[in-house]
Amino acid sequence: MKNFSDLYLALDQTNKTNEKVEAIVKYFQTADAADAAWAIYFLSGRKPRQIIKTAKLREWAAEISEVPDWLFEVSYDAVGDLAETIALLLPDTNAEGSNLPLAFWVENRTMPLREMTEDDQREAVVQAWNELDANERFIWNKLVTGSFRVGVSQSLVVRALAQVSGIEKEIIAHRLMGTWSPNTDFYLNLLEASAEDADLSRPFPFHLAHQLDFPLEELGEISDWQAEWKWDGIRAQLIRRGGESFLWSRGEDLVSERFPEITEASFSLPDGTVLDGEILPWKDSKVLPFAQLQRRIGRKTIGKKLLEEVPVVLLCYDLLELGGEDFRQKELQIRRAELIKILEKLPGEAQKTLQFSPVVKAASWEELTKIRDESRSRKVEGFMLKRLASPFRVGRPRGDWWKWKIEPLTVDAVMIYARGTGKRASLYTDYTFAVWNNGELVPFAKAYSGLTDKEIRRVDRFVRDNTIETFGPVRSVKAKLVFELGFEGIQKSSRHKSGVAVRFPRILRWRDDKKIEDADTLDAIHRMLEAEN
Amino acid sequence: MRLIKPTERGLYVEPGDFYIDPWLPVERAVLTHAHADHTYRGSKNYLVSKEGERLFRTRLWNEGNIETASYGETKKLNGVKVSLHPAGHVLGSAQVRVEYKGEVWVASGDYKLTYDPTCAAFEPVKCHAFITEATFGLPIYRWTKPEILFEEVNEWWRGNVEKGKATVIFAYSLGKAQRIMKSVDASIGKIFTHGAVERLTRDYREMGVELPPTRYVGEVENRKDFAGSLIIAPPSAQDTPWTRRFGAHSTGFASGWMRIRGARRRRAVDRGIILSDHADWDELLTAINATEAEQIWVTHGSIETVVKYLKSIGKEARPLETKFVGDAPEAEISDEKEPDNHNLQ
Repeated sequence: MKNFSDLYLALDQTNKTNEKVEAIVKYFQTADAADAAWAIYFLSGRKPRQIIKTAKLREWAAEISEVPDWLFEVSYDAVGDLAETIALLLPDTNAEGSNLPLAFWVENRTMPLREMTEDDQREAVVQAWNELDANERFIWNKLVTGSFRVGVSQSLVVRALAQVSGIEKEIIAHRLMGTWSPNTDFYLNLLEASAEDADLSRPFPFHLAHQLDFPLEELGEISDWQAEWKWDGIRAQLIRRGGESFLWSRGEDLVSERFPEITEASFSLPDGTVLDGEILPWKDSKVLPFAQLQRRIGRKTIGKKLLEEVPVVLLCYDLLELGGEDFRQKELQIRRAELIKILEKLPGEAQKTLQFSPVVKAASWEELTKIRDESRSRKVEGFMLKRLASPFRVGRPRGDWWKWKIEPLTVDAVMIYARGTGKRASLYTDYTFAVWNNGELVPFAKAYSGLTDKEIRRVDRFVRDNTIETFGPVRSVKAKLVFELGFEGIQKSSRHKSGVAVRFPRILRWRDDKKIEDADTLDAIHRMLEAEN
Repeated sequence: MRLIKPTERGLYVEPGDFYIDPWLPVERAVLTHAHADHTYRGSKNYLVSKEGERLFRTRLWNEGNIETASYGETKKLNGVKVSLHPAGHVLGSAQVRVEYKGEVWVASGDYKLTYDPTCAAFEPVKCHAFITEATFGLPIYRWTKPEILFEEVNEWWRGNVEKGKATVIFAYSLGKAQRIMKSVDASIGKIFTHGAVERLTRDYREMGVELPPTRYVGEVENRKDFAGSLIIAPPSAQDTPWTRRFGAHSTGFASGWMRIRGARRRRAVDRGIILSDHADWDELLTAINATEAEQIWVTHGSIETVVKYLKSIGKEARPLETKFVGDAPEAEISDEKEPDNHNLQ
């Protein structure tokens, strides 16, 4: 228990990713398999449901601490967390902590409580408290009240386990999927070196593109090129191999469980198929705003209601593997033709979820440029231009594939808040911007990128010299600086004071030639919104 | 008889016509300790402890008529007997005992019972009425034993040395900073100080407190010297450009508030060090009992809670409103703004 509580403390004490991974690695290097299995169970956000009623726990804690109820209440108010309040109030009995293993604590000292009578429960709880130190009590209290949570992402756990075992991240991620029981066998299998399952799940590296930074005509004949809309969703690879399906996001997260409709549709794909595409929120033959997709990203379990409100599709771009054969070196036009054949053979329901991204035909670059003006109303970011003869490459090579994005919408706005990032940097780098509304500045967007290091230092100086008030890491500053902000899309929002939410806001440049009176108005932004939709 | 009562200038002893820790200028002031919320400049006459004289002079810019009394020595002010007794809070901190016509009152100032190698230990003084602080007046506040706490700090510092990092601890520059440098294992690495800390550390040394060698950060030319060292700075230095010079470093904040996880997270440091110069819950009750006082007056902190609790165990307790902040959660006693001790030369 001691090692696990030390791990919890270490994770709780730092916001730095590397230190978190380091702490997890340190734990697993020495942990017994049974303990390690439980640790993974907890670290990956799983938890047993509540075992003991909080009211009971509270009552017993107050009795043992000899604290009257009202004083317990006052203490709870000051701490804000019941498990912690109890841990802090209980008399110190064992400052050394418990050397019994985590698995023992969970399986023998925690789970059995569920079946006990109240009197036996009380006795067992008190006994547990006597054996644990303050931090362990806190963790254990959280366990029995079903509220244990560790602030790490699954991908950090995967990274650490990969580091400990020398097994690829993809394999670990795959093996952690679905339902499993936290026991010795599970952990030994997880770190099993034989990688029969590895080849099944492994995605290909993605082929990415640069923004076109020269005149279109220099690409040559338009007939050598394929133009597709550049969709704004999550780039993904759908793998169907050995009777199993895997959906990987470009961030190399296994997201199969987040998008059950895609996984289900994939069951109809022939074995040995890999598709490249974009996950998009899609309803009534139309793409929904990205914000809708975000509602589905953040969650572990997707409710029925959300599935109905925000259905997703995989809009397929490319075919990377067919019949188990690596197709990446074949020409795009050949891959594309096979892709369409496969998708057309799917049953009706699956066809609705696995669609192909349409190709836009134009006789000349001029005509294509004109069509590009429809981008905003189609809720896309412009075009992807791909050479018909191109293979599917690795990384972000120049030459064959280009992003040809539309110019962002722009607004001149005034900086009113600044926030520091990263303790080491201790620079003010995140800003909130406002526009005019009836003579008042209303906040409308936050942005943190787009300035040079030198400019950031100048703004940092400005923030320190012009602070009005400090709220924790945030400072309100005198309205003096004007910046040109760019963003990709704009939407109505009841959650924002300004009534609008913008997508991908960033600083295009510092307008030190402008006064705050020259900044845009909320009206102008609302007009943009109307024009957009 | 209310021998000590609150007024708009501070705690007033009417028959003796003097104030204890007044926050506005008065004719005569008796001071409990040299923290900024207890030692205000501008009064004419001061009575302070001999044991903390140097610190009081620094704080008062050496202005006014400063008289000293050793712990236990009785002075008479307009027929009222006044004596100072160790409070265990910081060097020279005192409880003020006031006696008039057989009635004895004690104002504790700030105090703690936990061992502190940089100052005299708290001595209970029997009295009729005891004015106690209540900064950490909740049973959730219970301090870790110093030997365990500092072993953890040492371990953290050693770990940082191994990683080639500096260790930065934010702590009040008067008292806690010196307590830390005296209590850590100084063989682990060099100790550097922020300007505010260095000045008061000098005062501590001049008052005869032995401390490990320290160097003022500003004198260091080669930034590489900071790797593996311990740097002690006031809380106000956190998240300022001042800390950039240390390169890779790990941060800690030393305060009783660090006992609570939420407070640790809000502080956004790598380590919350639960170290306070105030009494915890058990110490408050122990100290109060030891005075055998019939009346307990509770000032700053969890006043209501402590009063209610004392009443529930059969004591006569009442709140007393003052302007002392104690160790207010986000209070920053801004000592780095004072000029150097130029008046002292």
